[in-house]
Formats: sequence, structure tokens, C-alpha cells
Amino acid sequence: MEKAIQVKGLQKSYKKLHVLKGVDFEVEKGSIFALLGSNGTGKTTIVKILTTLLKQDGGTAAVNGFDVAAKPGNVRQSISLTGQFAAVDEILTGRENIIMIARLRHLANPHQAADDLLKRFSLTEAADRRVSTYSGGMRRRLDIAMSLVGKPQLIFLDEPTTGLDPEGRIEVWKVVKELAGGGTTIFLTTQYLEEAEQLANQIAILHEGKIITNGTLDELKKLFPPVKAEYVEKQPTLEEIFLTIIGKKEEK
Amino acid sequence: MEATKRHFFSDMGVMLGRSMRHIFRSMDTIITVCITPIAMMLLFVYVLGGAIQTGTDNYVNYLLPGILLIAIASGISYTAYRLFMDMKSGIFERFHTMPIARSAALWGHVLTSLISNAISVVIIILVALIMGFRSSAGVLSWLAVAGILALFTLALTWIAAIAGLSAKSVDGAGAFSYPLIFLPFISSAFVPTDSMPPVVHAFAENQPVTSIVDAIRALLSGQPVGNDIWVALAWCSGILIVAYLFAMRAYKRKAA
Repeated sequence: MEKAIQVKGLQKSYKKLHVLKGVDFEVEKGSIFALLGSNGTGKTTIVKILTTLLKQDGGTAAVNGFDVAAKPGNVRQSISLTGQFAAVDEILTGRENIIMIARLRHLANPHQAADDLLKRFSLTEAADRRVSTYSGGMRRRLDIAMSLVGKPQLIFLDEPTTGLDPEGRIEVWKVVKELAGGGTTIFLTTQYLEEAEQLANQIAILHEGKIITNGTLDELKKLFPPVKAEYVEKQPTLEEIFLTIIGKKEEK
Repeated sequence: MEATKRHFFSDMGVMLGRSMRHIFRSMDTIITVCITPIAMMLLFVYVLGGAIQTGTDNYVNYLLPGILLIAIASGISYTAYRLFMDMKSGIFERFHTMPIARSAALWGHVLTSLISNAISVVIIILVALIMGFRSSAGVLSWLAVAGILALFTLALTWIAAIAGLSAKSVDGAGAFSYPLIFLPFISSAFVPTDSMPPVVHAFAENQPVTSIVDAIRALLSGQPVGNDIWVALAWCSGILIVAYLFAMRAYKRKAA
């Protein structure tokens, strides 16, 4: 399988705070990769390095075969970022937002691209309203729609559902599944374990600056201690797996 | 890299279109920028003007250059505000992860500042005309005035960019403009500097606003401009270059 992302020994410090202490992982093309971790563990730092917003202190990172530090221009051609805060222009309308991005990506027909994406994200009716009147879920949908302009091969979603109500969250999940179905690689960070369980083919857990575990949900479930005799046999949830693994690491 | 350079102007055009829409959809920013200078002009002409001895019979003519500088100094604080909001909202991060020249986003704001301040300046000149402002200046002199004002706007806009890029809060992003608005008061903008005490006089004579005001005043009244215009241009270009370098440094630091 070809790799969409290859990260080796990634290091990053902010002044004295050593956030990433040698992060290694790979993401296969066409998969949904979820990076899990508590707040402040460095998930966003990894996203920023991979999307060329931040330079690492050590180690290497390659996106679609291009080194992020040496060839940021090539990396930017094939990615798009949906950051933690919806990066939409509040004063423009939904349609104008998409057209703006389509122009910046030099598409032949920005208006057509806008029509298509607005329809796909059920924003046609609200298309000509200013974004400042949108609900949180609509804003996030527009945000993701803007990220899809020009059909990038790899999409970064940094905590895409934080602050959304359950309905908005389910909408975003639906979009992510559709995208992956169409062959787009998705790199997702989240602190909601259910989200990773719902969406991801591959899950990595970032803890204290390192990836402490990485695998499919089934592989992660095997790490959980054997089921004890109880009155009701209970499958461990990902949440329990997460807490157990972190607990073990801290005991050492 | 080549592609981002080839598209620099069209990308900047998109950025300019975006922030111009911001201006026209919130005309209050232009109105706010115009109201204070116009109110000051009314106050000085109709209330205080009678007591101010400038040696000219038309005080509106005397006052206008300083009023225009005050309008520009307050107008650029919106550039700082808009830049700050873009940094904060994450839309700059989106632009920076796209294959476009990074400075295109910044230049979009700078050109918008130039255009919106030009609109304010024209509105204030129209009000001044109603209040009795008259000029014997020819086309070339008006072009020279426009050039000086544009250079002054650019210089202050880059100062605004430093503030907008490095501020920690919205209030911080706008606060830097207060001293700039105040500077014309300690200059030849409202009263001749000869009437000031020695220390203030020395400051007033050697700060940029006095030479800019004197140059514009001479151009508008058809007087020989002498050295003032060169001193004014030197001040504006000097501030422009230094502010540009610091703003770019702040921008690169923020945007890796």
C-alpha cells in the first residue's frame, strides 16, 4: 500500500515545553486515520507540521511523498486543512466563501464548483446568506466544503466536531465516511473516542509526546486485558481501552 | 514555488476583493473613520477657530491637511483589527496551507487600507468644500497631495500590520493608533508652531506630521513647497520601510 503520510522521529518543543518526543506513524492512502489524545498532548502540533504551518525541530515528515520541510509547495498542492476553529469568512456568504477558495485554487469554473459543493452539503438554501447567520453545524459543513474545493487527496480534520451538537456531529461523520468512500485520505484528530470508533480504520494514541499505540480498533481491543468472569459479558469500549493504556504507561 | 509566483497578482486580487467586500458591507467603519475628523473640523472652525491666529483668512484651508492625517491615522486601526481577526479565526491558516503566495493575504489587507482611506479622505474633502475650503492647486499639485497621502497611509498601514499581527487581544490591536491620532495636535496642523513653548516647538518642528502638513498645505494653496515635501517624503518612506520589515518579521514568525 502507498503511504499518504510518513512520520519518523518527529520532535517539537515550544520554548522549554517538549511537546513531541519522537513521534512515528504512517497513514495509508485512502484510509481514515484517527489521532487520539487528551487536550494539550500535541495533536494540533502534529497537524500544523504536516500542513506546513509549523516547522519541526527534529525528525522527518512526508506527505504524499513530499518532505514537508523541504517541499512545502508540493505538499500544499495535495492537502487541505479544516482547523479547530471554522476557518470561514463571516461577512461573506456561503457561496462567496467557496468561490473565493475556488479562485485561489485556480479552478476553471468557480461558480460551478460552488453550486456543486453547496448542494452536496445541503447549503443551497442558505448559500446567499452571510455566514454570520449560520448555525454551528452549518458553519462546520461550509468549512469542510471549502476544504474539498479542488478535490485534494488528503484532508486534515482537526477536532472537526468539537463544539457541535450531536446532530451536527452526525452530519460531519456522514461527510467523512462519504469522502473516504470516494478514495480521499482523512487524517482526523479527536478527543471523542466514540468518534474514532465510528470512523477510523486506524487509530493512534498520542500520550506524553509519543504514539503509545497504533492499530485497528480490533487490534486495540486485543490489548485490553482478557474479559473477566462477570454476570454480563461486556465488550470494552474504546474509552476503557484508552484509559487503561494511559494508566499502564503512567505506572512505569 | 513557480506556480505561486505566477498567480501572485490574481491571488492578491481575490484577497483584495474579499476585504473590500468587508468594507462595503460594514460601511460603519468608513463612517466612524470620517465622523471624528469632521466633528473636529467643525469644532475648530466654528468654535475655536475665531481665537486661533494662523495668519490666513481661511482657517478651513489651514486645518484640512491635519484633519486628513487624523482620519488616516484612525482609519488604519481597522486594518489592524481585520488582520487580528483573520489571524484568530483561522482563515489565514487555511490560506497558508493552500498553494498560494503567503504574502498575498497580507497585501490584500494593505491595498484595502489604501482604498478605504482614500474613500474617507474624499468624503472629508467634500465636507470641507461645503465649509468653505478652496484650493487654487492644479492637477499636478493634487496628484502630489494624493501621492503624499497614499505614502503616509501605506507607512501607517504597515505599522498597523505589526500591531494586528502581534497583538494578544482585539483592544491591543487597535490601541496603537491613539498616539498616532494625537501626533497632529503637537504639530503645525492646528496652530503655527511658533506659538508653542520651546521644548514643544522643537518637538513639533521635528516630527513627521509637521513637514507632511506643511507640504500638503503649500501644495493646496499654490505656494512653493520648498524642502518640506522632501522631508515629508523621507519621513513617510523611512517609516514605511522600517514598519514593513518589522511587519514581515512578525508575519513570518506567526506563519512559520
